[in-house]
Formats: sequence, C-alpha cells, structure tokens
Amino acid sequence: MGLTAQSTGIGALKEMLDIKMNPVDDIVVALAGNPNTGKSTVFNSLTGLNQHTGNWTGKTVTTAQGNYRFKDKNFILVDLPGTYSLLSNSVEEEIARDFICFGNPGATVVVTDATCLERNLNLVLQILEITDKVVVCVNLMDEARRKKIQIDLNKLSELLGVPVVGTNARSGDGLEELMDAVYKVSANEISTEPVIIQYNSHTEEILQDIERKIKRYADDRINSRWVSLKLIDGEKTILNSINKYLGLDLAVQLNEEFENLRDQIVSSIVKLAESISSQVVYTQNQKHNELDRRIDDILTSKIFGIPAMIALLGVIFWITIEGANIPSDAIANVLFGIEDKLTKLFTIYNLPKWLHGVLVLGMYRTLAWVVSVMLPPMAIFFPLFTFLEDLGYLPRVAFNLDNFFKKACAHGKQALTMCMGFGCNAAGVIGCRIIDSPRERLIAVITNFFVPCNGRFPTLIAISTIFIAGTSSGKIQSVIAALTITIVIVLGVLMTLLASKILSKTVLKGIPSSFALELPPYRKPQIGRIIVRSIFDRTIFVLGRAVMVAAPAGLFIWIMANMNIKGISLLDHSAGFLEPFANLLGMDGYILMAFILGLPANEIVMPIIIMSYMAAGSMLELDNLEALRNLLISHGWTWLTAVNVMLFCLMHFPCATTLLTIRKETKSWKWTLVSFLVPTAAGITATFVVTQIVRLLGLV
Amino acid sequence: MKENIVSLDMIPCGKRAKVKELTSVGNLRRRMLDLGLIIGTIVESLRKSPSGDPTAYEIRGAVIALRSEEASKIMVELI
Repeated sequence: MGLTAQSTGIGALKEMLDIKMNPVDDIVVALAGNPNTGKSTVFNSLTGLNQHTGNWTGKTVTTAQGNYRFKDKNFILVDLPGTYSLLSNSVEEEIARDFICFGNPGATVVVTDATCLERNLNLVLQILEITDKVVVCVNLMDEARRKKIQIDLNKLSELLGVPVVGTNARSGDGLEELMDAVYKVSANEISTEPVIIQYNSHTEEILQDIERKIKRYADDRINSRWVSLKLIDGEKTILNSINKYLGLDLAVQLNEEFENLRDQIVSSIVKLAESISSQVVYTQNQKHNELDRRIDDILTSKIFGIPAMIALLGVIFWITIEGANIPSDAIANVLFGIEDKLTKLFTIYNLPKWLHGVLVLGMYRTLAWVVSVMLPPMAIFFPLFTFLEDLGYLPRVAFNLDNFFKKACAHGKQALTMCMGFGCNAAGVIGCRIIDSPRERLIAVITNFFVPCNGRFPTLIAISTIFIAGTSSGKIQSVIAALTITIVIVLGVLMTLLASKILSKTVLKGIPSSFALELPPYRKPQIGRIIVRSIFDRTIFVLGRAVMVAAPAGLFIWIMANMNIKGISLLDHSAGFLEPFANLLGMDGYILMAFILGLPANEIVMPIIIMSYMAAGSMLELDNLEALRNLLISHGWTWLTAVNVMLFCLMHFPCATTLLTIRKETKSWKWTLVSFLVPTAAGITATFVVTQIVRLLGLV
Repeated sequence: MKENIVSLDMIPCGKRAKVKELTSVGNLRRRMLDLGLIIGTIVESLRKSPSGDPTAYEIRGAVIALRSEEASKIMVELI
C-alpha cells in the first residue's frame, strides 16, 4: 500500500505488542481464530517456540510471538487472542481487531476447527471484511475424519475467495502448504477476492452513505466499508482506535448518530456462514458427537458430576504420592552422596571450614532438598494435570461449579482462572483478563491464591506423606495422604467461594454478569507431547525457579544460623521473636519465618524449615524421609502442627511474583494490598481457630 | 401458535427449539448474537449442571453453557 510505518500507526501497535522486527525484510503474520481450535499448536509447530497450550477457552490472554523462515523470507508470527467474533467489545477482541486492521500484517491466518466449521466461519467472514490478505487454515482435520465429517476445501476456498489449507497441526500435516500460502498471499503472488457480505437494501444504503464520507477523510488508509459497518453497528471504540493509530479524529468530522442495525448485520454474517458451511461440509454420521455426550453424561451428571471431579483429583494425588516415594528416596541418596564427596574434597584441599559451611552445608544441601522433595511429585503430577487439560476436562469443572460461583456473585469463568491457579497463581491472575466485568475480575484476582500452585503442592505432598500418612502403616499410607490433599484442595475451593461472596457483599458489591461457557469436544491427548511439555515447560521451569531462590536462601539461612549475638544465633533470635505469635497459630517461629522468607517463591518454604531445624538442632545426617519425619517430631511437631502448616500453606500472602503480577494487572497498590491481606487473614484465622479448639478439647 | 413460545430455560433436556426473539439488550444481546443465536436458529437443550444451572445447549454445532438468567431472555418455539 506504500505507506510508511509512521502513517499507518504501526509504530504504536508495535510498541503495544513489542514486536521485534526488521521493518524492510520481515513479514508480520497475524494468527487469529476461535479459542480451542489448536491455534496455539499451529503457532508452536510453525515457530518451534514452546508457548503453552491447553484445551480451554481463552487460554491465550496475551499475544505471543515467534518467527520462522520460509524460502528466502523471515516471517514473524503474532498469536492473537482467541475470539469468536470481533464484535463483542471485549479487550481481547479489540486487540485482535486492532492488530488485523491497523497492524498492517502481510497476511492474516485464521485457524478454524474442522469439526465445527460453521461457528468458526463467523470470525473468518468478519476478518474478510477487514482485509483481503487472509489464509484460512482448517485445522483438526484428523478429528473431523474420526467423526466422519468431510470438508470440501477447494469449494470452501472458492466460496470465500481466499486460499484454504487443511492441517493437522499436532502432527505437522499441511503446515508446509500453509506456509506456502502465507508466502504467496503476502508477496501478492495470489490475488484474493474475498466474498462480500451483502446486507439488506436499507442497511446497504446507509452503509454506502457513511462510506463516502469516511473516504473523504481517510482516503484508502482504512477499509472504509468496514469502518462504516462498525459505526452503524454502534461500535464507538473503533473511532478511538482510528484516532490512536492513524491520528484521524473521525468522531469530530462525522459528528452524527448512527442507526444501530446490529441484528441485521450479525444475521447476515451468520446466515452466510450457514450457507457456506452447508455447501462444503458433509457429515456422514449424524451422531458424531455421541461419545462426547456419553462421557459428559457421567462427568457432568447430577449425581456423579461433583463426586467424579473430587475422585479424579484424589486419584491424581494418590498416583503422585505413591509414585514419588521411591524416586524421592533414590534422588536423596544420590544427592546426599555427592554432599559427602564434596565434604571430602574440601577436607583434602584443606579449604576453610566456613567456606565448606557456606557452600556445602548452606547452599548445596538446600538445593539437594529442594530437588529431592520437589522433583518426583512434580514430574508425576504435572503430566497428569496436563492430560486433563488436553482432554478438555477443565471447562467441565467450570460447568459443574458455575452455580456455586453464581451464588457467590462471581463470574462463571472464575472457575477457569481458578484452575489456571493450580499451575501458577501469577498465570491465574493474568488469566483473569478473560473476565470482562472489572468487579468480577478483581474478585477472581484477589481470591486466586486460595488454590495451591505448583510451588505449594510439593509442600503439601511432603507434609501429608511424611507426617499425616506417616502415622499409619503400609498401603493405606498413600491413600490417606492423597485424601488429605484432596480435602485441602476442596477447602481451597470453598474458601475461594466464601471470599468471593464476602467481597461481593462488601467492597465489591454487584450482581453477576452474563456469561456463556463453551464445552469444547473432548480431544485425544497426545501422551508423548504431554510428557515432554509438562516436563520442560512446567517441571523444569518451577524447579529452576526454586533452585534460583533456594540457593541464596540456603546461604542466608546458614549465615543466620552461624552468626551469634550473645551466644544465640541470629536464626534463633528471629525465630524466638516470631515464636509467641506462631504458637497461637499452632506453629513455631521457624515455620513462620520460613513462610516469610519464602515470599520470593513458595517452593522453598519446606526446605527452609528443614534447614533451620538442622542448623539449630543436633541432627546433621538426613538421608531419607523417615529421618525427615523424626527431625520434625524432635522439633515438637504434632499432627496439629502439620495440619496448621498445610492450612497456612493454602492460605497466606501470595508470592512476590504473584503480587507484582496483581499490581500490573490491577494497576493499583490498594488492590494488591487487599490481595495480600485477604488470604493472610483467612490463614491466620483458620489456624488460630483450629489450634485453640484442638487445645481446648485437649486433643494434643 | 403463540402458546408454543417459551423462554429457552423452560425447554426440557433432549428437546429442540427454534429461536423466535431475543429480549436482551446491549452487550448481552451482542454476545447472544455472536453465538449465532439469530432468529430461526435451532437449539438443542443437552444437559443441566449438577446443581441445576447452567444448562448446556447445542448451538450451531458447538456446546455452550448458559445460565438461566441468559436463557430466560431467549424466546423459542418448541419443535
């Protein structure tokens, strides 16, 4: 179009999305599509960049970017938020719309779901109204084949007037063709003639009248037919966007009210999608969704729905605990064996004792504990959780729980952001962007920490395994441990609901807003991919973060334990200071201090407790879980202590990363403070009440 | 004819109905239209959530759960 970057306002958008590109040679490609069409898989397969994907609606809440080379060109792929439409006024839809319209991409790829083409065509048609440089990617062709759905891709291409490529992004089929089509469209080797949506004569008349006026001001800088459509659709934000990116204040120049013809406009698009779909989709088996229905009959049934959900959770924890025992001991043996060798090395070279203390007893030993306690449960738990995610189970959880969220005056999608919190609370907080209403988004943000994240699961698993279940014998040990964690999770969900309810009755008053939740078809998870992804994306990431924080923390604890004031170590001073308060909560000063020092990352709470006990106590050899249990008991732990630590682990101040994310998302220190205080107050109250009741009844 | 028109939340599970009118306004109306719920669209009520609300509907090949508040603003005719 011969426009400079300045005049198209791409500078502003590039800044917004932070695209790093060489403006002369690189070609920007926008990747749009409905949620849950495998858009992120297409993105990953093309770029090789491992962006996390999951089978639930609205996973991509920020734009991810990656690049790939094809022939002689470098392509920068921008993964736009998944949307069903560009008409609904949500933040994601605005980002997607503005990027396609003003970002001036060399091509826009619209990823669609072959098993549900008609619904996907709605977005395709809307994008075709904005730009003609479009390639339609019909993904999940294998799922469609399995369901005996056939799609005539040539006919579809003919009807839409743009290239159509069928793909199986998960296996990589068709991606070569897709890249080729993108190459040709961006290089103008294929000229496209997108289908024009015809509206009724009344709408067309108004449309052409406004279009003439816009052309006068904007020349060919924007698609004037499309902007006119937006205006008679009652969409005011488009005027702001035009002003922002093109520096053109159409609102002042046009200065008129438009007749809202939205129903007519949408109906035309939906009917055209229906008509195209009926011409290209052949369904041999009318009951192709039968299996999904039958699975849903159980997983969301009136009687079994909620018990099945809890049982599933319990089984996952049981497998994790049962499976993690052996490798935990093995890893501990190896790592502490290395510690002995390191110690010998220090003795041979006659290195100073303090150096040995700092590096081996401080840093190395903490690291060894973090790895041996956390790695095995994570390596088992994450693949299992990812499996459920890929299967498409999480939206069913939201479906089962929605009524409870509604009663708590919260948004139905909060069940989804809560599930994201199981992975990482910071990710859960970012995920809250899928909730449009600011009030409900805040509630979801503040209460997100009530579900334990990756970093807290190991603490819960370790305590329930070595302590709660440790008192029973044999096989039922892991069952009890799994049961304990399941109860903790259920409690976390109940607290989420309770806190949401209290917030919406006090500081965040209001009624629940509308929502529609898609229950996507179940997908056959790919085991290999799940293992690779959950190990690399999650386990390594969480462990890496834990190690980064644990090493300096170990060092710090060792120094505190070995620096004396008046014959008492700094560690004991601090713990002694916290002791009276901690005692009220049924814990001790070391535990409370571990939670405070664990602010940067919750992963290190348990290692810090162990390190402080070992530094403060007599026990220096600690090479298996039984020894760990004895260490805790020798420091006065009872079942009440274990329960309180688990309660406090579930409910205390969010980690620093989550707090900073909350600050960034809410742009308010006030709400960050509230997010800090709400779970902390809940945790203090819960542990205090439990402790006082148990003590009053003389149960310990 | 008129008697057959009820709101979508009144449709029993397993039954199909044809959209006659949307009584919602503003953003909610936008959302419903975006789901493809225009006049004449056929909707099947699939199942209720364990606690009775929301209800899952099949709308144009997709399964969408709507709360009773939303479904009550969609007038349909049983078929």
